[in-house]
Amino acid sequence: MSKIGVFVCHCGENISATVDCAKVAETAGNWDGVTFSVDYKYMCSDPGQSLIKNAITEKGLTGVVVASCSPRMHEPTFRKACAEAGLNPFMCEMANLREHCSWVHEKGEATTEKAIDLVRILVEKVKYNHELTSIKVPVTKTALVIGGGIAGIQASLDIANTGHKVILIEKDPSIGGHMSQLSETFPTLDCSQCILTPRMVEVAQHPNITLYTYAELESLEGFIGNFKAKIRKKSKSIDEKLCTGCAQCTTKCPVKKIPSEFNEGLGKRTAIYVPFPQAVPNKPVIDRKNCTYYIKGKCKVCEIVCPTGAIRFDQEDQIVEVEIGAIVIATGFTVKQPDFFPEYGYGKHADVITGLQFERLASASGPTLGEIRRPSDGKVPEKIVFLACAGSRDPAKGIPYCSKICCMYIAKHAMLYQHKVHGGKSYVFYMDIRAGGKQYEEFVRRAIEDDGVNYIRGRVSKIYEKNGKLIVSGVDTLLNAMPVEIEADMVVLATAGVANEGAEELAQKLHISYDPYKFFAEAHPKLKPVETNTAGIFLAGACQAPRDIPESVAMASGAAVKVAGLFSKDELTREPIIAVVNRQAPPVYSSCVGCFLCVSACPYQAIEKEEIKNRNGEVIKSVAKVNPGLCQGCGTCVAFCRTKSIDIQGYTHEQMYTEVMALLNEY
Amino acid sequence: MAEFEPKIVAFVCNWCTYAGADLTGTSRIKYASNVRIIRFPCTGRIDYMLLLKAFDEGADGIIVSGCHPNDCHYTSGNFHARRRWIMFRSLCNFTGIDTNRIKFSWVSAAEGAKWADIVNATVKSIRELGPYTEYKKVAKYPEKEVNHG
Repeated sequence: MSKIGVFVCHCGENISATVDCAKVAETAGNWDGVTFSVDYKYMCSDPGQSLIKNAITEKGLTGVVVASCSPRMHEPTFRKACAEAGLNPFMCEMANLREHCSWVHEKGEATTEKAIDLVRILVEKVKYNHELTSIKVPVTKTALVIGGGIAGIQASLDIANTGHKVILIEKDPSIGGHMSQLSETFPTLDCSQCILTPRMVEVAQHPNITLYTYAELESLEGFIGNFKAKIRKKSKSIDEKLCTGCAQCTTKCPVKKIPSEFNEGLGKRTAIYVPFPQAVPNKPVIDRKNCTYYIKGKCKVCEIVCPTGAIRFDQEDQIVEVEIGAIVIATGFTVKQPDFFPEYGYGKHADVITGLQFERLASASGPTLGEIRRPSDGKVPEKIVFLACAGSRDPAKGIPYCSKICCMYIAKHAMLYQHKVHGGKSYVFYMDIRAGGKQYEEFVRRAIEDDGVNYIRGRVSKIYEKNGKLIVSGVDTLLNAMPVEIEADMVVLATAGVANEGAEELAQKLHISYDPYKFFAEAHPKLKPVETNTAGIFLAGACQAPRDIPESVAMASGAAVKVAGLFSKDELTREPIIAVVNRQAPPVYSSCVGCFLCVSACPYQAIEKEEIKNRNGEVIKSVAKVNPGLCQGCGTCVAFCRTKSIDIQGYTHEQMYTEVMALLNEY
Repeated sequence: MAEFEPKIVAFVCNWCTYAGADLTGTSRIKYASNVRIIRFPCTGRIDYMLLLKAFDEGADGIIVSGCHPNDCHYTSGNFHARRRWIMFRSLCNFTGIDTNRIKFSWVSAAEGAKWADIVNATVKSIRELGPYTEYKKVAKYPEKEVNHG
């Protein structure tokens, strides 16, 4: 006979405000098999946990149901408490009274009734729980970091400095990411490259870091501590060991007019190229789409001029297989291309540019060597207009969120412009100035008060050309929506920060969730910001939401600590929620009839054939067998099995049918 | 007479819809209290006999919800669930079980509002359909003996 304890939590007032917790506990106390039931203000607190532990020892409980928040929140807490009191932790279940009941329903009898139902389901389930033992699995102490921007660089260095191996992959020919494109950084106006490039070099030289540039994740399988990744090293068409980075090839390449990605299309590059002078590694790649040899079959100038014979036209993509224990995703973000805004005339007017393009114009390593010159005719603009929220905070554009970094970089851009173009006039159209951050507000005030940037609160409806000027037509909402027209020489759009193209595919490869805007989803918005819902996979930087540099770096260090924590143990314990094929006494051995439908259903190839032999070694029967190391516990095989011979621990047939029956029958 | 309050059972996967319903809670979005969630590791685990069992025990409506296609935590469980649902639906239609009472859907961990919408829509449509007494005529079981361990 079961002796079950029911512990109803008030969660302060989170549950008790809408659910009559005392009534839930009282009702539960009358059910068959429930020997103890109580309600308490904070079950997860120390006294709350002691309440559970004492009840287990004093009443000899065989099962525990904690009715509180989501099991995704506190299941480990309460299972641990049970284990400390000597009860098998898998004899503890949680009823979700907070997220699934008290927070989503109004106060009333129906809500309390629902709470009672939810508790009853779990009480009946726990009667069929079995004592389970956690599975121990070894940990491969190598981390994979995807993305070599500042977040990926920081995460790699931090993990590598704890003494663990790191594999860093970057899809572009060089690491550095968006930060390497920036001119100066807010709020200190530090030169971005000056603070970044030492880190890039450190990554390349670190004995614990293996760097694969021009490489992407091909596939991933496995689970926390034991992932297997395939990395596609895209062909660079050079032999990296022989290449010395002398740049003979890049100077001599005849194809010189390819828009440079690094300069956001404002500068040109050759077909064999190094994206920027400080690139790490500082070795070129051939862009096969634009290389004359790959298009027309002849040229080979680079091969002729290369002093070490490092050019390899026939090089193929390489697939590298690596075993890793944890993954940090730091793939960053991109900015919405402004062809998204026909009303602002991007593409039609060469002098309407994006914020990232302005960074390149203002950068000393940029196409104009740091002089602000407009792209159309190279003139220094005398009047410049910055548009905040180009796409952001605009549900009509499908981007209701704030891109967060724009307010700050616009203030920086306007400031840089004022510093470089004396006597120039700059205007900023904004909705609100969001400058939350250390010294951020002061920075914006400096732009307005010291550098004389004109901030106009209002939006711009359209930009059109008239007599060689860009007419920016908007309103000033602080002057009663008075129409404003500015004759500008150049317009900079702070286009929304959006998820990378291909973010969805990557999430699917990694089995992690993402939000409606394709940013990767954290496990908990407050308390697990760097974890994903998939154990062993962590997030850093702007792949999770638009982030500025300090936040990305902080997140990266956070993720690195999580990885280091994981690697601090030689073994991990995994929940024993896995499938098992039943075994019975001879002559049946198992109700499995050996149809092996389960083998075809299993996404992890975790089911094998097992031959049952008699003493003479003759095969009596072929049955399925689950490899507990590979099984992830999805239970697809369970629903497939024709003879109900496979069952999944923790979600057995008995338990699930009991839950359904308990739910619909009151007793 | 008080309005008919349907009993609705939701079979959801742990990784997407359960987490999505958690987000509904965290976002304090209100929805009808008629639904009771039963957690599965994956929609691929859901044996559709459980749905029949739920009707058998007196459920008026059922929601089955998991991860969106391609987003399954276990790679392909939701595809199996979908295929099984297509088969099961024809079987229901053949035997006379009202498939309007089963809502099959995808709710991701980020779609808290969608979960509330689905519950509200299902409660509304089941309320219009009324109690599922017809089921007893379709499934002629002998009088059941209640024996709960």
